[in-house]
Amino acid sequence: MLETFINLGLFVMLVATAVAITRMRRLFGVTMMASVFSLLSAMLFVTLDAVDVAFTEAAVGAGISTVLMLSTLTLTSRIEKPTTRSPLVPLVVTAITGAAIIYGTLDMPNFGDAHSPAQVGVAARYMAESPTDIDIPNVVTVVLASYRGFDTMGETAVVFTAGAGVLMLISGLRRRRRKGDDKKEETS
Amino acid sequence: MPDIEYILGHMNYWLFTVLMMTGLYIVVAKGNLIKKIVGLNLFQTAVFMFYISLGKVTGGTAPIFPVDMEIDPSVAYSNPLPHVLILTAIVVGIATTSLGLALIVRIREEYETIEEDEILKIETDLVHVENKILGEAMGGRA
Repeated sequence: MLETFINLGLFVMLVATAVAITRMRRLFGVTMMASVFSLLSAMLFVTLDAVDVAFTEAAVGAGISTVLMLSTLTLTSRIEKPTTRSPLVPLVVTAITGAAIIYGTLDMPNFGDAHSPAQVGVAARYMAESPTDIDIPNVVTVVLASYRGFDTMGETAVVFTAGAGVLMLISGLRRRRRKGDDKKEETS
Repeated sequence: MPDIEYILGHMNYWLFTVLMMTGLYIVVAKGNLIKKIVGLNLFQTAVFMFYISLGKVTGGTAPIFPVDMEIDPSVAYSNPLPHVLILTAIVVGIATTSLGLALIVRIREEYETIEEDEILKIETDLVHVENKILGEAMGGRA
C-alpha cells in the first residue's frame, strides 16, 4: 500500500514537471525541468526494482543530456517565441491517441502480477540458470553482457554512428562562422 | 463496474499514458525545435516507465542475488529482461537526442532561427523567388 502512495506522489510530481515544461518559454528553465524529470523518473525506477536503469537514467538523462541541451542553447537561442497556431488540433490528436492507448491497456494483466506473460517466458530461465552458468550476482549485468552480448554490441555500433554523425554535422562550425564574418565585412 | 483491484492494477498504465501524451503534445503543438526534442525525451521516458512496470512483481526485489550466491528460493525477484532492454534504449535515446541537437545547431546556422514557423516562412519565400525567376525565363507567362 505504501508503495502505491509513493508511486502516486512521484507521478504527481512528474506530471507537474511535464506541465511546467509545456508552459515555460525560457529554454534554460525547460532544460532544468527536463533534468528534474529525469531524476524523478530515476526515483520511480528504484521503486519499480530497476536499480540499474535508475542509475543509468540519473547519469545519462539528468547528466549528459542536460549538458548537451545547455551547449545547444549557447549555440542557438534561449527564448521560445510564442506560436501563432491554435492548440486545438494537437489537443484533439493527443486525446485520441491517449484514448487508443488506454483502450489497449484494458485487457492487460494487473500491475505486479507474478503470472503475467512477461514473467513466464525466457526470464524465468535466465533467473534459474545464471547462478550456475555465469556466476555473477547481478542478473541484469549477466543478460546484458553475456546472454545478450550481441545486442549490446549493436548498441555500441548505434552510439558510434550517432557520434560520427554529430561530428560531421557540427565540424567546421567555427571556420564557416569566420568565413561568414569576413563576407559581412566585405559587403559593409 | 470494474472493481478497485482492477483500477489499482491498471492505474499505473493510465498515468504513464498521461505523461506520454504530454510529451506528444509538446512535439506537435510547440514550434521551437529544442522544445520538441525535450518533448520527445518526455515521451521516451514514459515508454521506459511502462516497460519497467511490466517487469515488476508484487513483493519482489531487484534482480540481484546475494554476493555469496546462496539464493533463498522464497525471495521473489522482478523480471530482469525489461531492465536490460531499457538500459539499451536509454543509451540509444541519448545518441539520437545528440544527433537531433546537432541538426538543430546546423539549422540555426543556416536559417538564423530555430522556430518552425519562421523556417517554413523562409522556405516558402525561397520557393516564390525561384518560381518568379523560372517564370521570367519562360517568357513571363508562368
